[in-house]
Amino acid sequence: MIRSQKDSSKGFFDHPENITRLLRGFYVLCIVLVAMDFFVHRHIYTELEKIPAFYAIFGFLACVLLVLLAKVLRIFLMRSEQYYQDQDDETAPKEKAHHVD
Amino acid sequence: MKRPRKKKHIMWIENLPPFVLFFIAALAAAFLGNRARTVLLFVPLWGAANLYFTSGNSGGVTYQVAGVLLDLYHADKLSLLFGYLFHLAAFLALLYAWHVKDRVQQVAGMLYAGSALGAVFAGDFITLFIFWELLALTSAFLIWARRTRSAVQAANRYLIIQVLSGVLLLTGVILLSQQQQSLQVEYIGLSGTASWLLFLAFGIKCAFPLLHSWLTDAYPQATPTGTVFLSAFTTKVAVYALARTFPGEELLIYIGAVMTCFPIFYAVIENDLRKVLAYSLINQLGFMVCGIGIGTALALNGAVAHAFNDVIFKGLLFMTMGAVLTRVGHVKGSDLGGLYKSMPKTTAFCLIGAASISAFPLFSGFVSKSMVMAAMLETGHDYLWLMLLFASAGVFHHAGIKIPYFAFFAHDSGLKVPEAHTNMLLAMGLAAAVCVTVGCFPSLLYALLPWEQTYRPYDLTHVLTQLQLLFFSALAFVWLNKQGLYPPELRSVNLDVDYLYRRSLPRTAKLVRLYCGNIFHAGVSKAKKNLRRLPSLEDTNSVEATHLTRRMAFLFVVLVIMTALAKLA
Repeated sequence: MIRSQKDSSKGFFDHPENITRLLRGFYVLCIVLVAMDFFVHRHIYTELEKIPAFYAIFGFLACVLLVLLAKVLRIFLMRSEQYYQDQDDETAPKEKAHHVD
Repeated sequence: MKRPRKKKHIMWIENLPPFVLFFIAALAAAFLGNRARTVLLFVPLWGAANLYFTSGNSGGVTYQVAGVLLDLYHADKLSLLFGYLFHLAAFLALLYAWHVKDRVQQVAGMLYAGSALGAVFAGDFITLFIFWELLALTSAFLIWARRTRSAVQAANRYLIIQVLSGVLLLTGVILLSQQQQSLQVEYIGLSGTASWLLFLAFGIKCAFPLLHSWLTDAYPQATPTGTVFLSAFTTKVAVYALARTFPGEELLIYIGAVMTCFPIFYAVIENDLRKVLAYSLINQLGFMVCGIGIGTALALNGAVAHAFNDVIFKGLLFMTMGAVLTRVGHVKGSDLGGLYKSMPKTTAFCLIGAASISAFPLFSGFVSKSMVMAAMLETGHDYLWLMLLFASAGVFHHAGIKIPYFAFFAHDSGLKVPEAHTNMLLAMGLAAAVCVTVGCFPSLLYALLPWEQTYRPYDLTHVLTQLQLLFFSALAFVWLNKQGLYPPELRSVNLDVDYLYRRSLPRTAKLVRLYCGNIFHAGVSKAKKNLRRLPSLEDTNSVEATHLTRRMAFLFVVLVIMTALAKLA
């Protein structure tokens, strides 16, 4: 089923300047979104929302925290890919594996 | 005027429980095999149309079996919403799997979809139990059908846990019936053993925290097409059952909040992209469970609307990963990348699915997830709302960015594979179209919702705040990547609750067996040694002495008993 081979053709994202351009556009949009916070009258439901650009700050911090905590979790949770299979090999009879589609 | 009416009568069948058609089609597929696979596509189409035109006049179909009256067809707005959804999901999954020439999967897929329909239209708990167990059994075949050793073992574990859920349900139902309570599938609420058993049974299928590992263990092991079926039915039937029997149960809000948060940590560090989606599925279920727990009309509508959307966008994401698995042979983030060049259409559909699950404005997740969030604020659960907001940012991070980024972009892995099969692309295109249509015209979905409400998802505040949340989550991803802080995709497995029964329990059992064996053998050898010390029976004198001693002892015991009896008298 594995029908893969090396491809040498260059795509849009193989050119670093394209990525730089995209990222610049993205940064501009981020700035515009925060700036709009000061012009648009937001409906407020909780005290927290009174903090300027609350959603932007929360989104950024939440994701940084998520990733850093997940990295720490790796220390405790990560095992080799064969972790369960090694044990299965001890107990289960061997059989031939094949894909259907 | 009479003619069209007569025609209408022939086309549609009233009082036909929706599962019947799927079961008949499964029987046909069993005999006809691959020749039937195009005809199978028409089953959910006709079934949905029949449901639409006749549901108003249908219902109350009962079947008497061994003194029990089964209510096979109970239709109201809630069951109808799930009914339409399951027909749509079945059609998408069948179209996606059209190229697969495997009779086991065709039959299992039809029976599985039929069982899900049977469960949501079940009027009483006995009928629900029957379809509950059928869901377990039929879906396991979609995992066994992968025919690899790890898949077969995962399916065995999956089936044991699913059947356990069914046994709990049956025990709860028997208790209910002993307490002379109604067996109609309606509000129960948490009070008494029976209700807790039902709650636990639904909780297993709904992947409550600590009861969830069957999902993340088995779904990534199923066939590429099988996972699309799996992601649609089992968990959503559980959501339906909870919405009907435990609406407004406060415990569910807390359970749901935990469900939204803990899987996203696993999703960030998981390498198998279908397993990332399995964790993401639990995260989305968390929003639904929260909605059911809040129990207001807005929250309940949000929960079932999100169930509807999740089936489509999660199905779409599983379809795109299934296409990668079919073409490349694996979905390991560590060994993928740059596939946008060879699978551009699949990439585009994946991005639409990612935008939908991340709740971008104009995509389906936006119009349903926000209902639960708004209801959370309305009922004053500010801290839990923050948890959901954290989970919303997190879901964008792992399902919205990580899945498309590591599969289709990131570093170029150099893989050159053909684009997905045409039928797969059609199914993905259709699912993507549904995501965008619901996102742009939410009133189409809202019209189907069971409870009265006047929620408007599109206002400036909501759109702006959501965009801020999402863009700055993406900014965090960019920043972490540039700083080299983002954890790389590594070939690995992460320990989860399944560690307990895959590693810990077998090892403990092995130790106990070894320990008991040692004690037994030590006892046997000691007994043998002592036996050798006993006088040999071959010696005549010793035999006589032994017999004499035994008789005297017997006589002594009898005398003691007689004395005791005499004293008592």
